[in-house]
Amino acid sequence: MLTLTDVRKTFNAGTINERKALNGVSLSLEEGDFVTIIGGNGAGKSTTLNAVAGVWPIDSGSIEINGKNVVGLPEHKRAAFIGRVFQDPMTGTAATMEIQENLALAKRRGQMRGLGWGITKKEREEYHELLKTLDLGLEDRMTSKVGLLSGGQRQALTLLMATLKKPDILLLDEHTAALDPKTAAKVLELSDKIIEENHLTAMMVTHNMAAAIKHGNRLIMMSNGRIIYDVKGEEKKHLTVDMLLQKFEEASGSKLVNDRMLFSKDDTE
Amino acid sequence: MGNIIDRIIYVVTSLPNTLPGTVSQGLIWGVLAIGVYITYKILDFADLTVDGSIGTGGAVAIILIANGVPMWVALICAFAAGCLAGLITGLLNTLLGIPGILAGILTQIGLYSVNLVILDGANKSISVDKFSLLLSSRRVAVSGGFSVFGWEIGKAIIIVAVIIAALYWFFGTEYGFTIRSTGCNANMARAQGINTKKSTVIALVLSNGLVGLAGGLLAQYQGFADVNMGRGAIVIGLASVIIGDVLGTAIFRKRFNFVARLSFCACGAIIYYLVLSIVMLFGLPATFNKLFSAVIVAIFLAVPYLKKSSKNSYRRAARNSLKAKLLNMETEEKGAADNADAD
Ligand SMILES: Nc1ncnc2c1ncn2[C@@H]1O[C@H](COP(=O)(O)OP(=O)(O)OP(=O)(O)O)[C@@H](O)[C@H]1O
Ligand SMILES: [Mg+2]
Repeated sequence: MLTLTDVRKTFNAGTINERKALNGVSLSLEEGDFVTIIGGNGAGKSTTLNAVAGVWPIDSGSIEINGKNVVGLPEHKRAAFIGRVFQDPMTGTAATMEIQENLALAKRRGQMRGLGWGITKKEREEYHELLKTLDLGLEDRMTSKVGLLSGGQRQALTLLMATLKKPDILLLDEHTAALDPKTAAKVLELSDKIIEENHLTAMMVTHNMAAAIKHGNRLIMMSNGRIIYDVKGEEKKHLTVDMLLQKFEEASGSKLVNDRMLFSKDDTE
Repeated sequence: MGNIIDRIIYVVTSLPNTLPGTVSQGLIWGVLAIGVYITYKILDFADLTVDGSIGTGGAVAIILIANGVPMWVALICAFAAGCLAGLITGLLNTLLGIPGILAGILTQIGLYSVNLVILDGANKSISVDKFSLLLSSRRVAVSGGFSVFGWEIGKAIIIVAVIIAALYWFFGTEYGFTIRSTGCNANMARAQGINTKKSTVIALVLSNGLVGLAGGLLAQYQGFADVNMGRGAIVIGLASVIIGDVLGTAIFRKRFNFVARLSFCACGAIIYYLVLSIVMLFGLPATFNKLFSAVIVAIFLAVPYLKKSSKNSYRRAARNSLKAKLLNMETEEKGAADNADAD
């Protein structure tokens, strides 16, 4: 489904700010895989997701989606295959547009946009039903501007938008980190549900190790722009947070000194 | 004192005579203001091309009409010329990475020379007696009766209404949505598969097309085109957009929809010219026109900010906390006194 082969990316090459963010990342996802990604700050987790999404061109390596090498495609063209939810709830939606208009934009991801209506009556009905499933009362506020929604509501909407047109890959970058614990848990649950119901292939970055263990069928750990640990299936099910911490020390030769991770051992991020 | 009252009487009595001209002029600038709305409000792009593209539109229209081209064709060409100007700014910005404001300034300055070439000189006039023109200030001034003004204003209103209807349709289409989302959140737009560079260019093209059309209308209305006719046009456009926005928000509040917003750009332009004509009747020399428009824009931009910061200022916080402290001390003293009484 998604294959990364020796992907490398250096930011600000040749300057004093040079930063090797990806040092040969290779990874292969099967259809329906749900991978959680953990690692310290600056490990390259977001950079990996951005490389897949095509936010900037990579330096070398290849990225294949459904057997098609996409490294030559700019971000907006790659969007045809990819749904994304970001850490900042502001990033994923257009605040000055209506809820239903945001959904209509997402519905046409990867399609030619012409001079047909931006949203049709039939769509409105469809979105009404769809919003009901969120159980946030948004179905009665379809013509409200998205800017009026709370962070959690916006993330739930973004999740819906990212999956409205079934993506080949769903990329979630700490999409619950900016939410309060209760809302975060709800959005996480919703993500699980959507991924399962639509049999999506997904990558989810999180700083919450318990969540990383609990969700998905595969877990990878990154450090210094590399994947240092990759575990799936039964083995993943039996992981504990302590085992992960130990693995990190073994693999990277340093302690995972990251207060955010230590504080988020429980399931409440 | 008597002098001032005389002035006021003079202004009030002359206003009805100048009103038809003011309104027609305001409506023409309303077309420009709607163009500015597309970039400034929808695309979130401060586009300074306007000062050049209005002149280009005017020059193209006047020269074509003077050479016997039908007025309608001339207006379409003025629109197209404006589109081309917008295209250049758009490409400078998206293809060559020049920041938006600078890209607009570069096009604007370049167009000054282009406009001189088109006009083959600094200005060119045509007579309404010789050519058939859509709008003419002469017809407004000469007739002296309301019947003909009515028709000039009516024509201008129809033009503005047709433009608003067309834009209402366009921004409701899939492509219109891409421009709106690009202006609101380009990251989101790209994540939804939208080529934000392309939609930026299209919005600039459309906006400057309308500005060019406004130039063509204005040149016909005043009977000439001049290389300097665009100087400060962006400021008048912004003034109209902002006046319309402030007014419309006050009147419609939450129900201030797209059609109303565009209509209020035109209303903003009319109000701008109305205020300008009153100020001039009061005796402000025409020399101060530009200063006037700069001050108006500064005031209308500053008011929302000042309003917000007066509710939300450090000085106010300090005052409030001091007040609370004094109040506290008072009640404490009183409490102590009460206690003493109890003893
Ligand atoms: N666009 C960019 N320009 C320059 N440097 C960047 C850019 N994006 C990421 N980096 C750098 O690349 C490195 C990896 O960053 P990345 O955002 O992938 O980390 P992360 O694993 O997501 O960390 P965090 O947990 O803090 O989100 C960091 O040193 C970061 O500063
Ligand atoms: Mg990150």
